[in-house]
Amino acid sequence: MTVAVNPSQTGEPVFYVADEHPHPEGYSTSLGFWIYLMSDCLIFAMLFAAFGVLGANYAAGPAPKDLFDLNLVAVNTSMLLLSSITYGFAMLTMQQNKIAQTQMWLAITGLFGIAFISIELTEFAHMIHEGATPQRSAFLSSFFTLVGTHGLHVSCGLIWLVTLMVQVWRFGLIEANRRRLMCLSMFWHFLDVVWIGVFTFVYLLGVLR
Amino acid sequence: MNTDTHAAHAHDHHHDDGHAHSTFSGYMLGFVLSVVLTAIPFWLVMSGTLPSKQITALVIMAFAVVQIIVHMIYFLHMSPKSENGWSMMALIFTIVMVVIALSGSLWVMNHLNSNMMPIHEMTGMK
Repeated sequence: MTVAVNPSQTGEPVFYVADEHPHPEGYSTSLGFWIYLMSDCLIFAMLFAAFGVLGANYAAGPAPKDLFDLNLVAVNTSMLLLSSITYGFAMLTMQQNKIAQTQMWLAITGLFGIAFISIELTEFAHMIHEGATPQRSAFLSSFFTLVGTHGLHVSCGLIWLVTLMVQVWRFGLIEANRRRLMCLSMFWHFLDVVWIGVFTFVYLLGVLR
Repeated sequence: MNTDTHAAHAHDHHHDDGHAHSTFSGYMLGFVLSVVLTAIPFWLVMSGTLPSKQITALVIMAFAVVQIIVHMIYFLHMSPKSENGWSMMALIFTIVMVVIALSGSLWVMNHLNSNMMPIHEMTGMK
């Protein structure tokens, strides 16, 4: 911020704040969205901390070894990983202005996302059916909170994905839609990063314990 | 909006738009690395190849850290230059916060657990 003096008037100097040059619409969106993701990261950090503290308090209930099926978790992880790369392809085709292909890759990403959520919900239903409900032990409370929050994020991402597909279908790859797709891309890849923490610290280390 | 305008725009804000750099080879390299970095920890835990659980735990945590960095670079296109360095500043700040919160919570609660007086000792105190 600079303060400039108007030299034409010799009397008392006129001070004014020189404005920054105007920025195009959405100029700061990606940085703002990144800061949102970082704040989301703090939410997950707190949930990981809660799980780290409570994760071994089974209250004589089921332990990770009795509950988790690592084959299923591996399949789930690959669903999310595949959805990440297909979203990457959607971004690449978007850069080349290929609407139909962008839509196709977005749809494939959505299908992988739905597969991820379905597998996770199946796992949750199975656990609850076996009596491993969130109220069973501190371990299960923190497990369902952490993994459930991640699943809720993915579900919101899916709603967002469908919304953007409708937007692209109606208005094409306009500047605003490109920006939105880029934000969702960051959101989606960020959720994949969080999932790395989940499968390592919750599932793999849980089974190892 | 036509292609030319967008190209010009992307060029003007070259350093602001992290995704301007995304390439097919970048995504594929990131994907292959993540598959490998995911498969090895799963294999280590499921087969129990390493002699002790402690070593396995340390190794899979190391793999997780490397994979997070791979995702940051190849999928989230983080670089010290994106957003004139502000994304990196926000990221570093967040990492510092997360490390303090996580290590602090685990450390304090672990000590609290081990220093907590067991119930049977408490009954003798009057």
